[in-house]
Amino acid sequence: MPDVLKAPLVVEFPFTRSLGPVQSAFLTGLRERVILGVKTRDGRTLVPPVEYDPVTAEEIRDLVAVGVTGTVTTWAWNHAPRRGQPLDRPFAWVLVKLDGADTALLHALDAPGPDAVRTGMRVRVRWAEERTGAITDIACFEPYDGDDSEVAVHAGEFEDPVHGIVAQARLDYTYSPGRAQTAYINALAERRAVGERCPSCRKVYVPPRGACPTCGVATAEQVEVGPSGTVTTFCIVNIKAKNLDIEVPYVYAHIALDGADLALHGRIGGIPYDQVRMGLRVEPVWTEGGRYPDHYRPTGEPDAEYDTYKELL
Amino acid sequence: MTRDIAVVAFAQSDTLRSTEEVSEVEMLMPVLHDVLAQTGLKTADIGFTCSGSCDYLAGRAFSFTLALDGVGAWPPISESHVETDGAWALYEAWTKLLSGDADTALVYSYGKSSPGSLRDVLTRQLDPYYVAPLWPDSVALAALQAQALIDAGDTDERELAAIGARSRSTDNPRAQLKGPVPQGDYLVRPLRTGDCPPIGDGAAAVVLAAGERARALCERPAWIRGIDHRIEAHSLGVRDLTDSPSTRLAAERAGVFERPVDTAELHAPFSSQEVVLRKALRLDDSTRVNPSGGALAANPMMAAGLARIGEAAARIHRGESDRALAHATSGPCLQQNLVAVLEGDPR
Ligand SMILES: [Zn+2]
Repeated sequence: MPDVLKAPLVVEFPFTRSLGPVQSAFLTGLRERVILGVKTRDGRTLVPPVEYDPVTAEEIRDLVAVGVTGTVTTWAWNHAPRRGQPLDRPFAWVLVKLDGADTALLHALDAPGPDAVRTGMRVRVRWAEERTGAITDIACFEPYDGDDSEVAVHAGEFEDPVHGIVAQARLDYTYSPGRAQTAYINALAERRAVGERCPSCRKVYVPPRGACPTCGVATAEQVEVGPSGTVTTFCIVNIKAKNLDIEVPYVYAHIALDGADLALHGRIGGIPYDQVRMGLRVEPVWTEGGRYPDHYRPTGEPDAEYDTYKELL
Repeated sequence: MTRDIAVVAFAQSDTLRSTEEVSEVEMLMPVLHDVLAQTGLKTADIGFTCSGSCDYLAGRAFSFTLALDGVGAWPPISESHVETDGAWALYEAWTKLLSGDADTALVYSYGKSSPGSLRDVLTRQLDPYYVAPLWPDSVALAALQAQALIDAGDTDERELAAIGARSRSTDNPRAQLKGPVPQGDYLVRPLRTGDCPPIGDGAAAVVLAAGERARALCERPAWIRGIDHRIEAHSLGVRDLTDSPSTRLAAERAGVFERPVDTAELHAPFSSQEVVLRKALRLDDSTRVNPSGGALAANPMMAAGLARIGEAAARIHRGESDRALAHATSGPCLQQNLVAVLEGDPR
């Protein structure tokens, strides 16, 4: 068996998230070097603040400013920082109970080594130079041996509050399509189409996915299909896709390759869009160096009878 | 109306560091065929199918739909999916059977951690406003919990190492990591490699059946006497990381504390989490914990929790247990917990 195909796959998304009143006040406060907590009805101060009491689920809004110094409640030494983490040199993850708060905030502590960190140690916020209204406005914490900081009532009102954040996410994968689809893609590069036959119902799946969805069994017997096929159904695309160099309108169709029991999809060219029809006989057109058909064009044969493809709709 | 519902079959794949030569459905199919063969059922005989998996592992939206090819989903079947560990799929199937809508259910789950970087992938389940932008990974968060336990005097590094060693002394042929495994270097202190689960790809499946149907399909069904799941506040700084009140509450509601259990299959991906769970579940040395090796021997994401229920049930099937506890977890530092009590008929 040839090696399976592999390729890097990067999934990246900038989630735009809106903030409620409490989160907005907290993140705006960070921008202004103020840390806000929220009071529960039983008098506890939650930092970071939430909109609903985690115990009673009651809506809470009463903001209070807490200190920018605090105490480590637990820690973990991270000797190998990973992408995106607050510091690019070894640091401690810490939960910090800020002065005046009853709960702890997760962040990083800049310390020379694990021997310099302990539960109960005093720390203070190191602000980021550029602040935008995000948790990363706190660059990290640093060891601190001064007094507790002032805690004050704060209205939580600021000029130009932030109402949203953009949460960047990037994950890197190595994608492998597995055995069946690797065989399909490799054959396409040789300008052949191969499917797999179900050992039970004898249907031929193109592209093959390694399983028959009707029988729930593995497919393995490789079958060459096509190259010609029949349009079983189609649609006319009128919206130009970003980064796609195809003039609209164009036709996107389901095509049952000869010998296949499942239609695949492809673009139809070489014929005016309003003359494409069910039953049209088509063949693949390859561009120079292409690893898959660029589009399908009419073969010139008479149309296929409806009965020959109605099961494949 | 109450119905007795049992786990009547369990199958799982080997857990492997990489399975790039097969797609998810190709990895899953042998497990589905195995679990059905144990009962003699065909896919067409199954009343309800429920699966668990996670798109973030695959890096693709709706990835579970392709895996459905493996269950024979055409013509249409009664089917559902949970975007978490398959233990929660089992919970859904159990309620479906309780309602009388079906007599049998196929529950499966799978996960491939190998295509991505698992520690980074799991950061995406964290609070997106205050936590995820800092990219704290799963090991770091577990390490914070471990340090809290050490500070509280609940454990120490030596005891944690012993938990890892005991887990990996299993004879489970499906385990990814077994035998003498060195405690290793710190991954995120105080957790060493030996305190952390291997990263692996794998799948698990069980068949549930109700009443007489269960007796017909299995010589000694593992009756689900109770099952419950609970969740804690998502903010780590609000929680007492040395305890697991959600596990305790789920256990109470599932009836764990009514009588002793002889076996406990705990889904504790980190050695320190077993310490928390033992305390929450009031387990002492009279209960055999994780004879399968648990998550420290094999932790296929999305399947490891379902496998705990399956392993507990299989011990009842084989007559090695009469009353077993199974636990599954999801989220950082044991955020969500499911507890089930399984019993065999008197012998
Ligand atoms: Zn078939």
